[in-house]
Amino acid sequence: MPMATTSGSKHSRGRFGPYGGQFVPETLMAPLQELEQAYEAARADADFARALERLLTTYVGRPTPLSYAARLTAYLGGARIYLKREDLAHSGAHKINNTLGQALLAQRMGKRRVIAETGAGQHGVATATACALLGLECVVYMGRVDMERQRPNVARMQLLGAEVRAVHTGSCTLKDAINEAIRDWVTNVHDTYYLLGSALGPHPYPTIVRDFQCVIGRETRAQIIAAEGRLPDVLIACVGGGSNAIGMFHPFLEDPGVRMIGVEAGGESIASGRHAARFADPQRGRVGVLHGTRSFVLQTPDGQIMQTHSISAGLDYPAVGPEHALLRDLGRVEYTYATDEEALAAFHLLARLEGILPALESAHAVAEAIKQAPLLGQGALIVVNLSGRGDKDLETVLQRSAPSQLGR
Amino acid sequence: MGRDRIRAVFRDGHTAFMPYVMLGFPDPDTCRTVIEQLVDVGADLFELGVPFSDPLADGPVIQAAAQRALEHGITLADCIALVAELRAQGFATPAVLMSYVNPILAYGLERFVADSAAAGVDGCIVPDLPPEEAGDLEALCRHYGMALIYLVAPNSPPERIALVAARTQGFLYLVSVTGVTGARDVLPPTLPEFVARVRTATDQPLALGFGIQSGEQARAMRDLVDGVIVGSALVERAGRSLEQMTRLAREIHAALHAPEMGR
Repeated sequence: MPMATTSGSKHSRGRFGPYGGQFVPETLMAPLQELEQAYEAARADADFARALERLLTTYVGRPTPLSYAARLTAYLGGARIYLKREDLAHSGAHKINNTLGQALLAQRMGKRRVIAETGAGQHGVATATACALLGLECVVYMGRVDMERQRPNVARMQLLGAEVRAVHTGSCTLKDAINEAIRDWVTNVHDTYYLLGSALGPHPYPTIVRDFQCVIGRETRAQIIAAEGRLPDVLIACVGGGSNAIGMFHPFLEDPGVRMIGVEAGGESIASGRHAARFADPQRGRVGVLHGTRSFVLQTPDGQIMQTHSISAGLDYPAVGPEHALLRDLGRVEYTYATDEEALAAFHLLARLEGILPALESAHAVAEAIKQAPLLGQGALIVVNLSGRGDKDLETVLQRSAPSQLGR
Repeated sequence: MGRDRIRAVFRDGHTAFMPYVMLGFPDPDTCRTVIEQLVDVGADLFELGVPFSDPLADGPVIQAAAQRALEHGITLADCIALVAELRAQGFATPAVLMSYVNPILAYGLERFVADSAAAGVDGCIVPDLPPEEAGDLEALCRHYGMALIYLVAPNSPPERIALVAARTQGFLYLVSVTGVTGARDVLPPTLPEFVARVRTATDQPLALGFGIQSGEQARAMRDLVDGVIVGSALVERAGRSLEQMTRLAREIHAALHAPEMGR
């Protein structure tokens, strides 16, 4: 099928090939332009870079370690596996890299009120953290279903002074939380900064979020060279909206020897339709527009957005960041998926062999490493982006695991 | 038909009454009655809403109505077919489709415009498609004689007002508030100033929407703009009682058309 286009792309900004753009109501066009200008100015300002750098070092604890997973490597009997430990970043996931950057931007723009959406709650916690640190008012929209399955993060946000607003529309998950956040922004745009948490949404968000997350890949590059004297053969990261993956991959895009694998949520299975794998299911995952950007979107034949399913709330989203869509078309990044079961098994394996409880999102990346390591052989090097820690997922893991997995 | 039929609405000398109807709501059959009754009241132009799962420019009333319509299985194809059927039965009021962009992309851009034009749709409004993203749709609409109507918001700076006004066809849709659709007890006091600002930038007819819920509000707007769009207030009543909906429609129509205050 020829790709539908709605625009002469020479007129629109923020394109990643045919993807991206600004598909938003007119009320948001001026604010997005204001944001773009403010971001460009901040990017050119050495003081802004220094302020962010200082916070990342003295507050987040960067650089996060690159850990050699010796027992996992030995167990799988193949490639040497390293873990980029974003789970050790303050507040428990890579999300803080972006929220501190954007909260500083909000401050610079004179916006006192910050709103955000959250799925797993990691972005919400990271936003609440940044707002507490910088003295900004914080409102987080979260689907009712996600609030139930990520209760510890709801409490965390509240303790950090944020107001968590439950979203009861649609599937009551991340997509609906974004709808509500956008509706809030449309209404309160004069004094409110929308702190979007993944590399999606209208331009300039996919670029802003990517830029703030590239610290992951830059550090990894230096760390793996220090540890092994060479670049890795394979990078693996999970892909919901895709911010941890794009942050890991982007600094390696010009290195043709580095393979990259993005892992989507395969849910119960692709055939069942109960998943969040936009690339793996050509029947449901087609080019469309959701939340202001053109990308691959899980949708019905009539163009209604589908409800998705994943064991991990953070991957439970029907669209994927536009730059990933381009990287997929270019063949630069391979995209695959891990099912709920595979992610859960990976969670347990990493816990037992490495003493790390990964976030269920990150467990999808670990699941792919488990498949790849034996295939690649002992000379190869894999880096897995361990994007977050799994404390928030204990309830889900306890509910979903067999007694033998729980050591009972 | 098409653009010309829309332009004719605004040559009538009175302020146009432009009701919004969510197609398929409260159910497909009742929806036809809703349209019939609004025709009887004297609607000057219909905005026919295509239900979408994620209507991010809409408030709770339109969201819930879209959800109900989707539960009845209403698709964009059904919406176009309904217009064709109504036209065949003599429905002569100008009508535009209001749809988010994704269902249109799924249907196919050119197929959407061609089928809509053939069905007797006069134009379309796509709230998440600003001019920067709408080049191809705009060209197709021109080719098929349909109007593509753009929106302008109170926070649109002068250069955006100029851009949108230069490219809209049929009329220009003024969003009365920075916010989502839905009835408001009080419209912003800065509204006359906003309308005046747009007026100096264009000769296009101006239709005001978002928030209007009473004859009184409509009366206050009638000398300001060329048309008044009423959505959530009518949709909300259509979900409860057609009688109440029709009563409100009559009240607003009378406020806009009353001869002693006509322009």
